[in-house]
Amino acid sequence: MSTNLIIFGVIVIALILMYNSLVAKKNQVKNIFASVDTQLKKRYDLIPNLVATVSKYMEHEKSLFTEVTKLRAEANKPNISDAHKMNLDTKVTAALGSIMVAVENYPDLKANENVMHLQRSLNEVEEQIAAARRAFNQAVTDYNNAIEMFPSNFMASAMRYTKKDVFEISETQRENINVKELFNT
Amino acid sequence: MKSLSQLTNFYYQVLFKPLEVLEKNRKQLRHRILVVGVLFTLFTLALYSFVFSLTHGESNIMMFFAFGYFALGGIIYKILIKDYTKEFKEKIILPLITELDSHLNYVPEQHISQRHFQNSKLFNSRIDRFAGNDFVHGKIDDVHIEFSDIHVEKKTKSSKNQDSWTTIFQGLFIVADFHKHFKGSTVILPDTAQSTFGDLIGGWLQSNNASREELVKMDNPEFEKVFVVYSNDQIEARYILSHSLMEKLLVFKKRSKHNIYISFIGASIHMAIEYNKDLFEPSIFHSLLDYKIAMEYVQSLHLCIGIVEELQLNQKLWSKQ
Repeated sequence: MSTNLIIFGVIVIALILMYNSLVAKKNQVKNIFASVDTQLKKRYDLIPNLVATVSKYMEHEKSLFTEVTKLRAEANKPNISDAHKMNLDTKVTAALGSIMVAVENYPDLKANENVMHLQRSLNEVEEQIAAARRAFNQAVTDYNNAIEMFPSNFMASAMRYTKKDVFEISETQRENINVKELFNT
Repeated sequence: MKSLSQLTNFYYQVLFKPLEVLEKNRKQLRHRILVVGVLFTLFTLALYSFVFSLTHGESNIMMFFAFGYFALGGIIYKILIKDYTKEFKEKIILPLITELDSHLNYVPEQHISQRHFQNSKLFNSRIDRFAGNDFVHGKIDDVHIEFSDIHVEKKTKSSKNQDSWTTIFQGLFIVADFHKHFKGSTVILPDTAQSTFGDLIGGWLQSNNASREELVKMDNPEFEKVFVVYSNDQIEARYILSHSLMEKLLVFKKRSKHNIYISFIGASIHMAIEYNKDLFEPSIFHSLLDYKIAMEYVQSLHLCIGIVEELQLNQKLWSKQ
């Protein structure tokens, strides 16, 4: 009788621990995504300033500015899904990268105090976004591992937890930006 | 900054004259140490046999003599090498440091403050004795850096209720400005658990280390193998440890050939390189012109002063200006 009770007790404790660890992992993903979001917002806030300062000098890159402004407007819409946010982020990174490369061709602009400051701020935010993305990917990996691995996978499926996606680094980001091509389009 | 081979050339060419003088002194000193050592030993033995015959061989007396022999011998040795050491540091170590960067100051008798060591959170142990020497401080490319040799110990009681000293850390301790803004604390330690117990158990041990903050798993497999990272901020730890910094730290670790401990706290990077011996001390029983001996001085100095360039601490790219 008593051995049965002990075995039952151990199983219950194991189940509680498993449940709690799964919830903790899910919340960790949520928390870190919130931080990614904050950093992304910080970058979106820099965009109007950047466009205002740089666009009047750069006649040839008008399309880039419209693109970046459009993306920002889209990202600021309420209730967009996380996956969409991730997607927009990749596009914004690429577009801002192209603008910064283009700035290199305007010596006056490059020396402009305001532009230099913006460039530094953008660099810093980019670094922070990169860090937040990496933290997010690690949290998602931990979470996905817990969902797929034995024995927590049974508990996870009972709780209806599903796999989450990591931030993908897009092909365009991996490649070096081809400046020539940018001007041809 | 001068390269390692340039510095080695400097050692053998520019410093050759003072080295020759020192080498002569060293040989005389070695001779003196041997003579004094033999005389001191003979004297102790004579005194011991005299006392032995008086007390009819009490075992406590022998303990007392052995202790006195080593303690007094140590003191005599220190007195004998004092002038030679001072001269060596003035004529060899100081020019080497100035050659690497003329903005650095060198104070042979001082060491880095205990506060820095404690702030670094690298070693949580209680500290009972803090000593060191060869303090170097100054600015390289506007980056403040200081380092010194330190020896940190704690007192432990053995089963016989005798005090003994256990080393917590002995080696070089470096503190320098870090170029990124951060608020939390991130500590990087050699990965002993994972390499001894394997990934599964070692990983579990690491994530349940009560004396440390949260475990941060890094996305560089090689870095993960060599180091373990703890921080109170998952994102900030990755902000500090960018992919390029992780690579640079791995290179640094390989070059130093010793265990290294790194932490980012306040606005500084703290680095402890575990040599387990006192560095920058003159060689007494080996020639100062010996390549191996020379390389030790040159390499360790180059390593410390080089971190500003190596880890690109002088690149103030970010808004921290």
